[in-house]
Amino acid sequence: MAYEIGRGGFLANLGKVYGIYTGGFIAFTILLAILEQLGVPNHIIGYAFMFLTIAIYAYIGILSRTTELSEYYVAGRVVPAFYNGMATGADWMSAASFISMAGGLFIAGYNGLGYVVGWTGGYVLVAILLAPYLRKFGQFTVPDFLGTRYEGNVARICGVVVLFCASFTYIVAQTFGIGIITSRFLGIPFEIAIFAGLVGILVCSMLGGMRAVTWTQVAQYIILIIAYLVPVIWLSTQRYGIPIPELTYGQALKQIAELEEQLGIVKHHVAPFTDAQGQFSWTEFHNFWALVLCLMIGTASLPHILMRYFTTPNVRQARESVGWSIFFIFLLYFTAPAYAAFAKLEVYQSVIGQPIASLPAWVQSWSQVGGLLTIADGNGNGVLEVTKYAAAGAVLDLGEIKIHQDIIVLSMPEIAGLPYVISGLVAAGGLAAALSTADGLLLAIANALSHDIYYKMINPNASTVKRLVVARTLLILVALVAAATAATRPSGIIQMVAWAFSLAASGLFAPLVLGIWWKRTTSIGAICGMIAGFGVCLYYLIATHYFGMPLWFGIRNVSSAVFGLPVAFIVTWLVSLVTPEPSKEMQDFVDSIRIPKGEVHGVAAGAHH
Amino acid sequence: MWVILAWWFVFSFLVHLFAVQLNEIVIFGFPLGFYMAAQGSLIAFVVLCFWNAKAQNRIDEEFGVAED
Repeated sequence: MAYEIGRGGFLANLGKVYGIYTGGFIAFTILLAILEQLGVPNHIIGYAFMFLTIAIYAYIGILSRTTELSEYYVAGRVVPAFYNGMATGADWMSAASFISMAGGLFIAGYNGLGYVVGWTGGYVLVAILLAPYLRKFGQFTVPDFLGTRYEGNVARICGVVVLFCASFTYIVAQTFGIGIITSRFLGIPFEIAIFAGLVGILVCSMLGGMRAVTWTQVAQYIILIIAYLVPVIWLSTQRYGIPIPELTYGQALKQIAELEEQLGIVKHHVAPFTDAQGQFSWTEFHNFWALVLCLMIGTASLPHILMRYFTTPNVRQARESVGWSIFFIFLLYFTAPAYAAFAKLEVYQSVIGQPIASLPAWVQSWSQVGGLLTIADGNGNGVLEVTKYAAAGAVLDLGEIKIHQDIIVLSMPEIAGLPYVISGLVAAGGLAAALSTADGLLLAIANALSHDIYYKMINPNASTVKRLVVARTLLILVALVAAATAATRPSGIIQMVAWAFSLAASGLFAPLVLGIWWKRTTSIGAICGMIAGFGVCLYYLIATHYFGMPLWFGIRNVSSAVFGLPVAFIVTWLVSLVTPEPSKEMQDFVDSIRIPKGEVHGVAAGAHH
Repeated sequence: MWVILAWWFVFSFLVHLFAVQLNEIVIFGFPLGFYMAAQGSLIAFVVLCFWNAKAQNRIDEEFGVAED
């Protein structure tokens, strides 16, 4: 453990460092709250939150800049399980979890819970099937594993292609989220805001690879979790006198049910598997299962998450770290249904039925952010009324008011009349969530391109400096293209993220799991399986989204891995059976990564610490 | 490992098959079917992950294959 000695100062004091940091952030929030009471205008508070938090991330990035390869790619493999769990939490919880998910629950009620279950349960699979073994393997990237296990560059390239498509879709969604926040809180047009947000992403990830991203993500996790919990706890205390929203929102659900009755809304919030008419529907039923499955498998396939488990000191800690990851994720997911319920109650109670002329200022501010909120007095009586309840994609259409799911979380503090400082806090949290994930993804893409394609295949003699230059150039290019794509608004955040999960699940799950657990899997089998599974998934997604192909069995394209996944497994299995068995060395290699003890066989020595 | 995977299956899929029926039971305002999907399953997943880490680390030591 010689490598720990040099940095013992920082690693030994992690608790203290982050404790002071958390205290500082809380003090800063309280200071702004006081300034607000003294009459400092809202937009100054918004600016303060945006710039201060980005400055912190950039500062951490600069502090941990590095030119050492193992620091750049796997943070020196010294990240303790607890902090790796936090970093994974931030890496994992993106704009989709933070900004979009409660909004999705708000609109879809029970059916939206597929996202909550799917995005947490996948960690059980990561823990049991993948994380410890990938850690034992001990290289830099997920395509590294594929390239080694399936002997060659074809498998490596397939891995990179899947990684690229999935991560790119995912980044577009994050950029979209960052665009919404910057547009609203800096008051600039959406299309420009996206590129402004981009600068924020690059500032963090350009500087120092995995090491910088790891310690920034821990900082971002702390901000995002505070930002998510504060408004819900506040409302819970205000309404029911108990600061534990997860217990009190049962009352909110009851009140929602009563209001649904009064307003004549037939689609009940808590009723499972119902369609727009509030009737039980087999289509919704199937879609729920399909979504849960795809999100779970996708969790266990996304390279930017799996590569986080390369950074722990040993296998034991990799396992514990999965536990901590899901615990930190759980804190937010556990609260999201409460957030959604409180937001719905607020909208039903204090927005619906109000005279349109006297709606508060937040309506005005949000209407200016590119069509995310529209209010039209359909029957001309000057009062905001519910005339229907229809979900069109990511937008909830109540007749006279149309709300996009992606603004629910961000606007809830204003809807509920909380001080503006809470809105600023939530925006900073949303930004932290989107930035941390975007950084992790960009790093995954850039690492795959610079390490797997450039270094391993094009120029194995490249110097360290050159490899890092290539990595950073690619980072900027990818980020620019992603921002341009996001400016076209392809869909809601949560849908785009779900596509990314489906793509990763169809392309990577079968070769990863079978590679570890079935020694008979051959290289050709795995390659055919990846291409077939990923191909089916991509075809279904594009054909249904852009060319209006009818849905197969009514399964929406957010769950397209339902078709790709079985194809990938069956093709891998069949082709493996008809091709010659993998060599003895390969079988030894598989055996050696399954047990924590000893060296990894068949991998170049030195890469493994 | 199989036991944990089985529990994973129960909380991921099996419980929610009965969501409609479970919703008839209401505790503190929460319909049980809704509650299981919103929070019950999540608690179970956290427990399962820690349980898995503990159990596997113990098995490794028992069979002498833990890291040095």
